[in-house]
Amino acid sequence: MVKKEPLHPHQRDLEDTPFTHYQIMTTAITELLFQKNIFSPDDLRAQLEAIDRKGPADGARLIARAWVDPDFKERMKTSVNSAATELGLDPGNIPILAVENTPELHNVIVCTLCSCYPRMLIGLPPDWYKSRSYRARVVREPRTVLKEFGTEISDKVEIRVHDSTADLRYMVIPMKPDCTESMDESALAKLVTRDTMIGVTLAKVPD
Amino acid sequence: MKPHLRRPHDLGGLDDGPIDRNEHLHEPWEKQVDAILRLLNDKTRNILSIDELRRGIEELGPGIYEKLSYYERWIASITNLLIEKNILEIDEIGRKMAEIERRWNEDRYPPKES
Repeated sequence: MVKKEPLHPHQRDLEDTPFTHYQIMTTAITELLFQKNIFSPDDLRAQLEAIDRKGPADGARLIARAWVDPDFKERMKTSVNSAATELGLDPGNIPILAVENTPELHNVIVCTLCSCYPRMLIGLPPDWYKSRSYRARVVREPRTVLKEFGTEISDKVEIRVHDSTADLRYMVIPMKPDCTESMDESALAKLVTRDTMIGVTLAKVPD
Repeated sequence: MKPHLRRPHDLGGLDDGPIDRNEHLHEPWEKQVDAILRLLNDKTRNILSIDELRRGIEELGPGIYEKLSYYERWIASITNLLIEKNILEIDEIGRKMAEIERRWNEDRYPPKES
């Protein structure tokens, strides 16, 4: 197999970097779409701000509510999108399915063909989610891949890998950690990370 | 029976090395590509679907697919789809790219006064 180059160079000092063909293409397409009134500079700025506002905190709020409200969790398992709307979040127009971890079952998500991901509730996917290695291996050797993230899943627990598509995305409802009975929703939400909702890690244990 | 031939995006189940967990911050142009897609895909414009974006990426073909970074694949696919849908013409894109490159180079290396 040919050794691949990293998909993303680390951020460079743009002043010192020659413009690439695709950076020039991006500016050209943007300016032509402005000229043809497909969208305006204000539309673009608003969209860039919306991207910056999205992050794992929205998804974590949903999980924390599901942990304290079993009825909400059932509604979330029927439709993440309508449960998110209940909390005033915008889940976008692509259906998202919640998959719940239990003592017998651990879930993990991937998009083997590309990078489909519940980005409206978690933000942009990390580089490794889009990497060749994760996409290739997690469906075949999920236990080994999870170990690379420091997550040991007992052989007695089934691991189920969900392959996302352009029309259906997934997010994981992790198990609520022990000794969290006295915690309120906002404290619980802090135990839920992006990687927890992808399924490569477990919810954090409170200090 | 011979195994079927895989296209370059079809990675599920293949062997590969350890996962590189380094994460880079998105560069401004990468976020801009993401924003362009979201605008073209939104309910009011409805110009590109996510399936079409993926199909465009898959059609980049072997060699190119592996060589390009993630958002390079996206802008290449978006550009090809806008040409296919007669929203932009290949010639005007070429002219605009030449203009931008000239403009940027002049900003960086202003012509010396004689």
